[in-house]
Amino acid sequence: MPPITPLPAAPGVGYKPQHYTPILADAAPVQWLEIHAENYMGDGGRPLAQLRSLSERFAISVHGVGLSIGGEGALDRDHLARLKHLVEWLNPASFSEHLAWSTHDSHFLNDLLPLPYTDATLARICDHVDEVQEVLGRRMLLENPSSYLAFAESTRDEPGFLAEIAQRTGCGLLLDVNNVFVSATNLGFTPQGYIDAFPLDRVGEIHVGGHDEDEDDHGAPLLIDSHGREVADPVWALLDHTLARSGPLPVLVEWDTDVPDWPVLAAEARRARAALARTLVPA
Amino acid sequence: MTPRAFHAALLDPARPVPEGLTDGAGAPAGRRFAVYRNNVAVSLTEALETGFPVVRALLGEGNFARVAGLFLRRHPPESPLMMRYGAAFPAFLAGLEALEGMGYLPDCARLDLAMRRSYHAADARPVDAAELMTPDGTALAGLRIALAPAAILLRSPWPIHALRRLALEPGAPPPPAEAQDVLILRPDYDPAPHLLPPGGGAFVAALRDGKDFGTALDRAGDGFDPAACLSLLLAGRAITALIPKDR
Repeated sequence: MPPITPLPAAPGVGYKPQHYTPILADAAPVQWLEIHAENYMGDGGRPLAQLRSLSERFAISVHGVGLSIGGEGALDRDHLARLKHLVEWLNPASFSEHLAWSTHDSHFLNDLLPLPYTDATLARICDHVDEVQEVLGRRMLLENPSSYLAFAESTRDEPGFLAEIAQRTGCGLLLDVNNVFVSATNLGFTPQGYIDAFPLDRVGEIHVGGHDEDEDDHGAPLLIDSHGREVADPVWALLDHTLARSGPLPVLVEWDTDVPDWPVLAAEARRARAALARTLVPA
Repeated sequence: MTPRAFHAALLDPARPVPEGLTDGAGAPAGRRFAVYRNNVAVSLTEALETGFPVVRALLGEGNFARVAGLFLRRHPPESPLMMRYGAAFPAFLAGLEALEGMGYLPDCARLDLAMRRSYHAADARPVDAAELMTPDGTALAGLRIALAPAAILLRSPWPIHALRRLALEPGAPPPPAEAQDVLILRPDYDPAPHLLPPGGGAFVAALRDGKDFGTALDRAGDGFDPAACLSLLLAGRAITALIPKDR
């Protein structure tokens, strides 16, 4: 079966403009880069010039954070048109978005917000994914969220919910292993069980990233998906668990706040490369 | 639990946590909901801090965070393009009673906004300096001078150029009590604000509005030196076309 996306089954990183020069001087640790779509929707200037030049050297994954696919209302047609424009200009290796909502009543809240997993939300999200794929003329990947709470009204578990979306729409999935670990800790399920229930044959990309530790009202651990530090050891272990079942996949390291100098992020990418190397088997 | 209830409670910390949210084991979600509240408030506050460096420096960290907290609840973004967030911030600042003594702040916010707009503006190819060197100086009089999208003029009754320096440059001199017109130019990818001499604001405004060079000169008034202003525009790669008036 052909891979879900043409992204290389190799390490990539979330691109930050401050890494532009060092990344070109020391590109060996990564084979591809991921950008947040909304940061490249201006009319010109440095962001687009840098992206054009990076795309000549690296495969690019466009990762949207503003489409609100899990939103109650219709998708924002203007925003979808901007995405289409970006994707047609760049022709990236992949486009992905989130199982989340961020817009309600025309207010954009700049966060990935959770939704209940019911037949009604399933139908709505499938409609939205169908619309995105039709407008962009390509398959998209949908990413599992990190969760801090659950909805009493949910009737499906998350791996099953995502599997059904992929089945109905033909979309691929982006499996964020750190999100699985964060949600599992916060909601009290086993992360390995989640991975084992996940439709790994639909996965086109994996994310890992750092999280912070907090506590809830009862002193129970509450992990925050902050993307502001190194990937935690149990998350690397969960990546190994995942890759052992899925085989090699594109693995992205996300670091979005307190962004370190390039060598620190490059070291994380090398760790992802080592994890990928462990999945290789003799022919 | 509707998205409406979730949304309303996110932006209003005084509201109770919506019902139907649990910790995964059936107990009420409690302060777990606060994670989302906090994410929204922090991410929007950070967007405003990044987008309004001058206002932030003039108000100070703590005051800016308080003002941002009021603004983001009254004016959440209306688009996922965070690069455009805060267009309503200058008018909002102008309406805050506590900031009455800082009448210049809204125009400083407009300058911050204009710098950001210039940064993301469309690229444009500048004309060659030689094209302006007509053998007969009068030839220029009938031309319209098209400006690059990244060239943005801001006219203010306040010393906004000096206030910006005061906010961002250690050891900058105290602002003079005068009106200042600022022209933002982006020769490559970094916008820079330039203080225009007397008459310069009227001159550039006329060019921007499509008036010909002669008319712009008249608007600038006596004593205005167009050569310095044209040099500035050329150095800023801001002149994108010379168009005969009749076209």
